Amino acid sequence: MTRMAATRDGYGQALLDLADNEKVVVLEADLGKSTKSLHFRKSYPDRTISCGIGEQNMLLVGAGMAASGYIPFASTFAIFTERAFEQMRNGIARPNLAVHLCGSHGGTHTGTDGSSAQSIEDLAVFRTLPNVVVMHPCDDVSTRVLTMQLPALGKPSYMRTARNKTPVLYDGRENEIQIGKGITLKEGSDVAIVACGVLVSESLKAAEALAEQGINATVVDMHTLKPIDGALIDTIVARCGALVTAEDHNVIGGLGSAVAEHLVANNFAPLEMVGVPDRFGESGQADEMLEVMQISAHYIALAAKKAISRK
Amino acid sequence: MAKSISELEEIARKCRVEIVKMVHRAQAGHPGGSLSEIDLLAALYATRMRVRPDEPRWQDRDRFILSKGHASPGMYSILAEMGFISHEDLKSYRVLGGVCQGHVDMKWCPGVDFSAGSLGMGLSFGMGCATAARLDESERRAFVMIGDGEMQEGSVWEAAMAAAHHELGNLKVILDRNRIQNDDFCEVQMRMFDIPAKWKAFGWNVKEIDGHNMTEIMEGLDFLEAPENCNGPSILIAHTIKGAGISYMENNPSFHGAAPNDEQFHQAMVELGEVDA
Repeated sequence: MTRMAATRDGYGQALLDLADNEKVVVLEADLGKSTKSLHFRKSYPDRTISCGIGEQNMLLVGAGMAASGYIPFASTFAIFTERAFEQMRNGIARPNLAVHLCGSHGGTHTGTDGSSAQSIEDLAVFRTLPNVVVMHPCDDVSTRVLTMQLPALGKPSYMRTARNKTPVLYDGRENEIQIGKGITLKEGSDVAIVACGVLVSESLKAAEALAEQGINATVVDMHTLKPIDGALIDTIVARCGALVTAEDHNVIGGLGSAVAEHLVANNFAPLEMVGVPDRFGESGQADEMLEVMQISAHYIALAAKKAISRK
Repeated sequence: MAKSISELEEIARKCRVEIVKMVHRAQAGHPGGSLSEIDLLAALYATRMRVRPDEPRWQDRDRFILSKGHASPGMYSILAEMGFISHEDLKSYRVLGGVCQGHVDMKWCPGVDFSAGSLGMGLSFGMGCATAARLDESERRAFVMIGDGEMQEGSVWEAAMAAAHHELGNLKVILDRNRIQNDDFCEVQMRMFDIPAKWKAFGWNVKEIDGHNMTEIMEGLDFLEAPENCNGPSILIAHTIKGAGISYMENNPSFHGAAPNDEQFHQAMVELGEVDA
């Protein structure tokens, strides 16, 4: 039986694991119970700064602490990180201060809260900021490992986590996970599916369905969107000759765009982009949202066949 | 650190000369807010700031955050006076590759602790510096200068609330209350009503002074440093005149962000006692 877990729990665990580093501090905006920074708060209240429901202030308190030698981890819902975009831009990215921002509850998979809470543009907006590393891991293990690598990064980051549980892929495989390096989960030569976040497991399901039809797909977990792993893209283009991207994010500006930017500049191949079709979400269960947004395994498999037909 | 009132006034006068020269040379920039803040900056840097100009990144230095980062000529002039940068560096104001970027920038200029230029950000950053100092059990303080127009940014009040909640006695704000913002007088653009009452209501220690009277400024800085006012954050509301010291700039919204022409420049140098009429 596959273990199920939410990526936000991996984030919460990582903060605890990082606590031995006395420079690590946690900043909250009244959503610690949701983003899972609450575990750190309980154990290390002196190093947890409550910023109330004030995301703009939170990010720049983080900047001031980073400039003073601390390693701040700030979290809120992905959607609310966006209201502090200019703080991230001018106060963090521009002076290259290593504040690590985590946006939980990203994507339409967040579910029944509806469209106001379903960030579908966070990866796109933070990807445009110089100096900022952008990640969207797919399970609690990789979220924990990537988060624990952040203090050594020395530059700001944005990581999206998800509210709901998804299959755990990396139990016992912690050593394979590294910021900036995509992970090949399955090798096939007909088409390559490049996915992030909750759609990685959907992509594996799509690959199984394709295999039953005699189509062998490569599946890549591209947990880091920026910097994008161009070498891996080149490798799968050479092997497969056709690509699909899959993300629970607007089809504009996220993983699909990052892969497309690399392809057109380096190594052209047909690309089909599975993502939220430039529309806002609505209330629904996580699995229902994947169908409504046309980003479930079924749609990924359809896109794979279309990409192959364009070779 | 001991300086007489007349010595401080002379430092401020020299800074005013440099401010006008910088803006005139660049034919761009923000003289009005630089001239309104400069008496405060001169007194703060010359008598209070625990800094090492030859070691600008010294970890235990007091931090100074110019949140109204467009008023950079004022800050550059006092940094040059203190020896963080040279007077030659002042010629790089707004010039490609220059340490004196248009708005103060910590990546470009020694002695600058925060990359400002977007209003409503410096107080939050100062709160972060003050929080870090507390965790470090350091005596260092965070001084933040904000503008009055800037208080229209909602993020200022997020920070004001949070700093009081956390009882950050090492956070000291100076408000340059010059009554003019980019487009017009504050009273026209957005009335702010009882400003001291607002800060008091947010839990701050508050004192008002004349921001061009050096004796009052020193009393105001004493207030910020007084042990009885270190139970929480404090703000010094300094009533100032935009463009102070140059007659045609004073209280003139046109000189928020405009440079003097050659004739006006000459007149300014005369008024500042640099040249004969």
